[in-house]
Amino acid sequence: MLAIPSRHRSLTLLAVVLGLQLLLLAAQIKREQQVRLIRVWAIECVTPLGRAAAWISDGVYGAWSGYVALWHMRKENVELRAERDQLKMRNAELAGRAAEAERLSALLGFRDAHSEVPMLPARVIGASPDVGSRIVFLSRGSRDGVRRDLGVITPDGVVGKVLAVFPDTSQVLLLSDKESGVGALLATSRTQAPVNGSGEPLLGMEYVSNEVKVEAGEAVLTSGQDRIFPKDLPVGTVLEAKPDRHTGFQQIKVKPAARLDQLEEVLVLLTRQEFAPRKGSDAPGGSPSTPSSNGASNGASSGATARVNPAAPVATPPPARKLPAASAPASGSSGPL
Amino acid sequence: MEYPGHIEHHVEVHKFHTGVVTGTVILALVLETFLLVHLRRLDVVELPLLVTIYFGLSRRNASAGLLLGMAIGVAQDSLSHTPLGLYGIAKTVVGFVASSIGARIDVEHPISRFALTLVFFHLHNVVFVLTKRLVLAQHEPFMTTKLVFASLVNAGVAVILFPLLDRFRKPS
Repeated sequence: MLAIPSRHRSLTLLAVVLGLQLLLLAAQIKREQQVRLIRVWAIECVTPLGRAAAWISDGVYGAWSGYVALWHMRKENVELRAERDQLKMRNAELAGRAAEAERLSALLGFRDAHSEVPMLPARVIGASPDVGSRIVFLSRGSRDGVRRDLGVITPDGVVGKVLAVFPDTSQVLLLSDKESGVGALLATSRTQAPVNGSGEPLLGMEYVSNEVKVEAGEAVLTSGQDRIFPKDLPVGTVLEAKPDRHTGFQQIKVKPAARLDQLEEVLVLLTRQEFAPRKGSDAPGGSPSTPSSNGASNGASSGATARVNPAAPVATPPPARKLPAASAPASGSSGPL
Repeated sequence: MEYPGHIEHHVEVHKFHTGVVTGTVILALVLETFLLVHLRRLDVVELPLLVTIYFGLSRRNASAGLLLGMAIGVAQDSLSHTPLGLYGIAKTVVGFVASSIGARIDVEHPISRFALTLVFFHLHNVVFVLTKRLVLAQHEPFMTTKLVFASLVNAGVAVILFPLLDRFRKPS
């Protein structure tokens, strides 16, 4: 029992008695809301406590979610960033693989479309550290059947020729090298002239007379005279042709058909057999290694560069035969690149 | 133990015969009701309040004073249309204050009784109006001319009534 000092007993009793009478009044009185005053007092006593409790709980929850939980979110953010970076790398890797698959599919489709011509797919695994030379290394060597002076192409066009062979790798001299060249002809006029590299991205077509009409965009194809590449393979397109009055020959710039600065997979021609024409094409079928009456073929040798004798007479060539595009995916492969 | 120079102030507590308090309260309530029917001019006299003041001053016990005030006030409420507790609260306060003051000073002199009754009348009115305003939300003035007149009348009645009630004290 609570001990109340005697001097406070009367005050306590006063408070109790007044409180009881107030409650008695509240139990009887109805204000304008037609609710007994005691109910109004009871609700007004309890609701502030409820509001305070809600305010406190909102504050605690807000502090938790706004600060403490954010501490965990920071950690989660770091983890998510790391995962995102990994996924980006993986995505880039997969995109590269997809592009590679596309290229390989084109390559294999091209090879399958010309299954009569033995070709060996190879991957470009390196390039010469010499800035002045345009040489790449392939993943195929003598063990795979690669020999010197074999032609190297892509479905887009001529790339170069095999310069040196090692057991598991081989060196390829690109068309853009200043020591390189290919026997070519203009697709429209069938004018034969050599295309040589200059160490620059663009090739040069030489010994075309000023009288020959050469237009920009005209296709340049292999002539087959160098006895390396079959005939009518794409070499490039004419970018510009300027007549030179001093020499009597035009200065022709040719853009290579193959992307010589982005080589990844190539095809090594194991023979000099020409590609069979498409069905419905009016081009005559080519015979492998057919000696040409064109003296330009004398300029092609197995060990030397493919520069052509400009003095040789030019025969009237048949219409150009377009290189068939790579079609269905490869049905088989000669092996891994 | 008495110290030299110390004067003990002795306040006498009065006791009453059995039934005097109850009978006086009932009589006051009956007269209040009866007089109001026949003599409307006497409605300014608050017999229950005077009884509360008298017994508070005489018994000088705060607890007893406030309980008596509560009982008289609630009884008055029950006889009128006011909610129970309206007069009860006012007379509880008056009974408590009267008992507290009566325990400290001598209230036998007529002038002190007149003055105290005047004060308690207004105290009663203030508490009554406050309660009405706060609880019932009914606005009433704290001070009017009629209230001043009523306070003077009640104080005068107290000067006459209190000595009559003194006769019912037990001899000390």
